[in-house]
Amino acid sequence: MPDFAVELRDVVKTFPTPEGGYVNAVDHVDMQIKNGEFFSLLGSSGCGKTTTLRMIAGFEWPTSGEVYIGDQGQGRKPPFQRPVNTVFQSYALFQHMTVFQNVAFGLEMEKTSNEEIKSRVGKVLEMVKLNGMERRSPRQLSGGQQQRVALARALVKLPTVLLLDEPLGALDLKLRKEMQLELKSLQREVGITFIFVTHDQEEALTMSDRIAVMSLGKVMQFGAPVEIYERPNCKFVADFIGETNFLEGVVQSSGDGTVRVQVPRVNSTLTGVARQEYKVGDPVVLSIRPEKIRLVETPQLNQNCFEVIVRNAAYIGSDTRLEVDLNGVKLKVWEQNHISTLDPRAYHQGTQTAWVSIMPENILVLPGE
Amino acid sequence: MNPYRRSLFVKVMTFLVYFFLYAPIIVLITYSFNASRTNIVFAGFITQFGPLQMSGTTVVQSPCGPFHWFCELAKNREVMNAARNTLTIAFTSTISATVIGTMAALALQRYNFRLKAFSELSLYIPIVIPEIVMGIGILTLFSQLFTFFNNVLNLTGSARLGMGLATVIVSHITFSIPFVTMVVRARLQGFDKSFEEAAMDLGANELVTFWRVTLPMLMPGVLSGALMAFTLSLDDFVITFFTNGPGSTTLPIYVFGLLRKIITPQVNALSTVWILVVFTVVLALQWLQGRESRSQKAWK
Repeated sequence: MPDFAVELRDVVKTFPTPEGGYVNAVDHVDMQIKNGEFFSLLGSSGCGKTTTLRMIAGFEWPTSGEVYIGDQGQGRKPPFQRPVNTVFQSYALFQHMTVFQNVAFGLEMEKTSNEEIKSRVGKVLEMVKLNGMERRSPRQLSGGQQQRVALARALVKLPTVLLLDEPLGALDLKLRKEMQLELKSLQREVGITFIFVTHDQEEALTMSDRIAVMSLGKVMQFGAPVEIYERPNCKFVADFIGETNFLEGVVQSSGDGTVRVQVPRVNSTLTGVARQEYKVGDPVVLSIRPEKIRLVETPQLNQNCFEVIVRNAAYIGSDTRLEVDLNGVKLKVWEQNHISTLDPRAYHQGTQTAWVSIMPENILVLPGE
Repeated sequence: MNPYRRSLFVKVMTFLVYFFLYAPIIVLITYSFNASRTNIVFAGFITQFGPLQMSGTTVVQSPCGPFHWFCELAKNREVMNAARNTLTIAFTSTISATVIGTMAALALQRYNFRLKAFSELSLYIPIVIPEIVMGIGILTLFSQLFTFFNNVLNLTGSARLGMGLATVIVSHITFSIPFVTMVVRARLQGFDKSFEEAAMDLGANELVTFWRVTLPMLMPGVLSGALMAFTLSLDDFVITFFTNGPGSTTLPIYVFGLLRKIITPQVNALSTVWILVVFTVVLALQWLQGRESRSQKAWK
């Protein structure tokens, strides 16, 4: 068994632009996707995630570099010779065929016997809870059901890797959440490697074993969801995933895994943690998640405690979202409302004075520009 | 309720439009049951079977009763020949034009090639230029070609190349192609390439993908293009007039010829049958286009 289900080695894909120039949609990407992994390519539109997926599927060929599936270099193999199957964003169900014919199509192409087609299609339709729908036309199905047919049609071929191109994008929010969990449990059940393309960070965090965050054709960071959120390796990833506050500063001293950073705009020094070594004087950016800042009434004795003025407070049910002023710098602070009360004094209001307290491990020191 | 719907103006206009559209057809059909040898005046419907007193003094045998002129028509060998020619030309040219037109539509949609804009524009020229210009053009081309080959190959007698069914068919294919291409391209605009990608992803090569996925999904467009070509060919007069030859007379040419002699209700009977055929074809076309737009909605 090869080490990786899919491997990309220094893959570049160049497209001509309408202006007559060229652009690298995928720019020297190296990627290793393990067997049985639920792997997500996450990024905003135009970041190269779909192009990467299409190169694995064989709809596009790399300009340079090589895509390996198992240990086989794919070169310029057409899609119909690759052991992978795709679930399309638009589902691409054949409208002139029934649900059964759609799912059976791939097996027919393999010249599978009729009895085997029948039993395998039956099984896979049962797995996606569509038994009894065999003779319907895709047009008679709801969006969620069509999505399942697309999934069944790809899964019935027992691919070594299943590629999913924003398959939940067309579903409404509630159905999408349901399908996220279903897809995840289905993946565990069948044990097939899933490569999932999405622009929805929450979706990626919910479902993935590992995520590649992409931007402008490059992979910015690989990592498990926790790692991507809690320890982003650069300002882009910290900004792209979730919300955060940025403060620019200069390294004053470092050691013991913590870094002391002088932040001129707030006229003080903050202590944070870093993934890499910094030298004194390095420009850095501090990333502080709004839910990791504590707002207290009295000064605390730890390193990162500052007096602030609460400017705005928005009660949104589970949280109160505040904007506080720290020496003229605005910070987002989210306070969880973990005590249920109607007493207005229990919630922070605008124009109060308060103190923010931030644990050093909640301040990430990232390389500055 | 829309206030304009009840307005008298709208009602009158609607009546006039339908009157001028259908009154001639109704008159035409009525005259095909005329109890007279000419169709200048309406002498009442034929009501009895057997010997029939026509207006004037002539007595004719009418075993078909009211359908006398239809029976006469069926016995008329010239008409039957013309009908056979018309259908032969229509079917042959429709099939060829549909195949060529569909291929052209696919090529224009998918590929970028040199002179693409020019090819597209020149393809649609037959739609806009006057038919008579095209007819004269095709006639000139054929006669030049035939003269050249007859001289070069020294052909004599019946071997000499000349106008006939083949030239009519070729000219009909020529003017039908752009219509087919236009209709198929309209269908292709809404065609998402992911359908073909899905087929290939599932293991179908290019050829299987075309036959099993692309063509069936384009079928409503291809069929309505074909029906359009068929109706165009059925009632074409101008181009056929220039390109036909001995033995390739079509129904429109034949009727035009009759009009210069005497007009008998046979012509009306012929027209009635013809209207029924064309009407059926057009209804089928409408139905197909309706289905096409419904299925396109379903894609979105």
